[in-house]
Amino acid sequence: MKSLLIKGGRVIDPANHVDEVRDVFIAESKIVASAQDAEVIDARGKIVTPGLIDMHVHLREPGRGDKETVETGTRCAARGGFTSIVCMPNTTPAADNTGTIAFIRQRVAEVGCVNVFPTGAISKELKGEELAPIGSLKKAGIVALTDDGHCVQSNDLMRRAVEYAKMFNLPVLDHCQDYSLVADGVVHEGYWSAALGLRGWPATGEDVIVARNVLLAELTDWWIHCQHISSARSVQLIREAKRRGVKISAEACPHHFTMTDGCVKAYETNFKMNPPLRTEHDRDGILEGLADGTIDCIASDHAPHCTYEKEVEFDLAPFGIIGLETELALSLELVRKKVLTLPALIERFTTKPATLLRLNKGTLSMGADADVTIIDPEIEWTYDVTQSASKSRNSPFHGWQMRGKAERTIVGGVTKFP
Amino acid sequence: MNTTWRHKDLLGIQELTAEEITFLLDTAAAFKQVGERSIKKVPSLRGKTLVNLFIEPSTRTRTSFELAAKRLSADVININTTASSLVKGETLKDTALNLQALNADIIVIRHSAAGAPHFLARFLKASIINAGDGAHEHPTQALLDAFTIREHKGRIDGLNVTILGDILYSRVARSNIWLLTKLGARVTLAGPSTLVPRVFEQFGCRVVHDIETAIGDADVINLLRIQHERQRKTMFPSIGEYTAMFGLNKDRFARTKPDALIMHPGPINRGVEIDSEIADCDRSVILEQVTNGLAVRMAVLFVCSGGQL
Repeated sequence: MKSLLIKGGRVIDPANHVDEVRDVFIAESKIVASAQDAEVIDARGKIVTPGLIDMHVHLREPGRGDKETVETGTRCAARGGFTSIVCMPNTTPAADNTGTIAFIRQRVAEVGCVNVFPTGAISKELKGEELAPIGSLKKAGIVALTDDGHCVQSNDLMRRAVEYAKMFNLPVLDHCQDYSLVADGVVHEGYWSAALGLRGWPATGEDVIVARNVLLAELTDWWIHCQHISSARSVQLIREAKRRGVKISAEACPHHFTMTDGCVKAYETNFKMNPPLRTEHDRDGILEGLADGTIDCIASDHAPHCTYEKEVEFDLAPFGIIGLETELALSLELVRKKVLTLPALIERFTTKPATLLRLNKGTLSMGADADVTIIDPEIEWTYDVTQSASKSRNSPFHGWQMRGKAERTIVGGVTKFP
Repeated sequence: MNTTWRHKDLLGIQELTAEEITFLLDTAAAFKQVGERSIKKVPSLRGKTLVNLFIEPSTRTRTSFELAAKRLSADVININTTASSLVKGETLKDTALNLQALNADIIVIRHSAAGAPHFLARFLKASIINAGDGAHEHPTQALLDAFTIREHKGRIDGLNVTILGDILYSRVARSNIWLLTKLGARVTLAGPSTLVPRVFEQFGCRVVHDIETAIGDADVINLLRIQHERQRKTMFPSIGEYTAMFGLNKDRFARTKPDALIMHPGPINRGVEIDSEIADCDRSVILEQVTNGLAVRMAVLFVCSGGQL
């Protein structure tokens, strides 16, 4: 393996409080202090960061290889600047057994383009009724528990899951949705649901579960992570809980801090996701949560669906959009809007998720794995979803003018993109 | 020359201007006269094919569109859910593309999913007429309601119109709200707070939950059926309580304006939202609405096909 010298870039390494122009050396797939005969990568004018981490990705394998596979999903991640992704367990069969985890890990070893950290199900078949074999899943290599796509409705089961997960040092990630309040809602409950005659998904349907999670995290003294927060009230609940020292964390998705519910007005199903796009007030709440650290991470909730599945009546279309390739550019917008400094943004993609999930990633410390992302923060480009590395095309950002892009993605010392 | 109407489709009232709505109502007036002749058929759409694509049960609206098309000399095909291939797993898009392959000129669609007509209009060349999409819009119903009001009151502007009942799940309510507010009426929405949420104030309506207030100053009272099929079970205690709290009974009727029109899009549930005798009284225009529906639908089919009077 050839050594690399990434020369003259602005290196941002939040773990080491580094933000300065310097060189980064890579040898034997590790970050090193210097290297002989290194291939030089000119990074002048570019930003050099620890490889970005996306802790919320659906790879669809096993079961729905027509939507995405480990191969295509990880290529998509590399294009987006991500060197590590965390994949969700709502596959077919669900990742509620060690066999599925072993299968995913085997596929990653064979065709994966970036590091993949699997999660395991909280409950058998994601049904929210009985605990999955959490200890065995841990041994099989999961980094967290989640029923993502589903939400454990039983407060008792959730409590026991968190208590049990604590024994294995596994954080519990929750898709916060109260089924009775949300019922068959498809868009945010408000002006647009009323105008369009679509069933409303009230923000309270998220807030109730976030509040529940705060209380259970307090009771169990263990980590619950609230996924894809979409409501301003949820941000407040998490902020208050964090002030009390509760072990609660949260992520936000680019679509929720970029768009609002008015986007659904033409019944375009690529604006249908779960939780739904909400109001300006909610978007502002998420931005404030990102700014003050209430929201720890940014994640894509990359959710590929076939075009024929999305080209149907709004009510019948599956929830979700792909997001790995647009995530960084949309997030860099936060720096331009002065919501976050660039180092703070990079933190939300590196040290924060690495800490939450106990991953030995997200830093350019000496001896660390040589996962590096080189970002051109100013390059202007247009997102053309027909050229996506994903197998799916369900992006609402097709045709959007973007600014900033991963120029090179290095995983374990090897360039995986371009 | 027809400069007022430039649309191929009628997807809803929301996107129409007051001028376009008035144009449709005026065109309908001309077609109403046709319906009163001994020979009720005109050749305006001869050679055109209209498909009634009804993916939700309907008798009244489908019959009305069918008759309207036949009176315009169009060929009519009726497709309803049970007969359609949709139950075999074909998507709506594929069904619609098949109809296009058969050179359908006009597709009248009724669907339980809001936005289904808009979805079809994105990729079909045929005219798409919305005959009711979920809880979204039912534009021809609002047009025939307005037509009926105009016939009786001579105007829409300045009238107090109360829509009473299940607003949240009603496409009739939404289309009426858009139309009436565009034409200058003051709209009051009334019913249980769970079915008439405050968010409708953002549409320029008054929202009340007290029936006496709702009907006291109304020039028109439009009663809506409780949409059992679209509702969650938690919305109100019982039909009996609805009738007790919001039903138009004789006592309440006695306190309405003496010339207040009583309307209902049908099907009516006698003894539930409306007292049986009130439904049949001389201020009730429920059957006139049906007659006017035919004229309105002829007008809509005619102008969306590029017809000019």
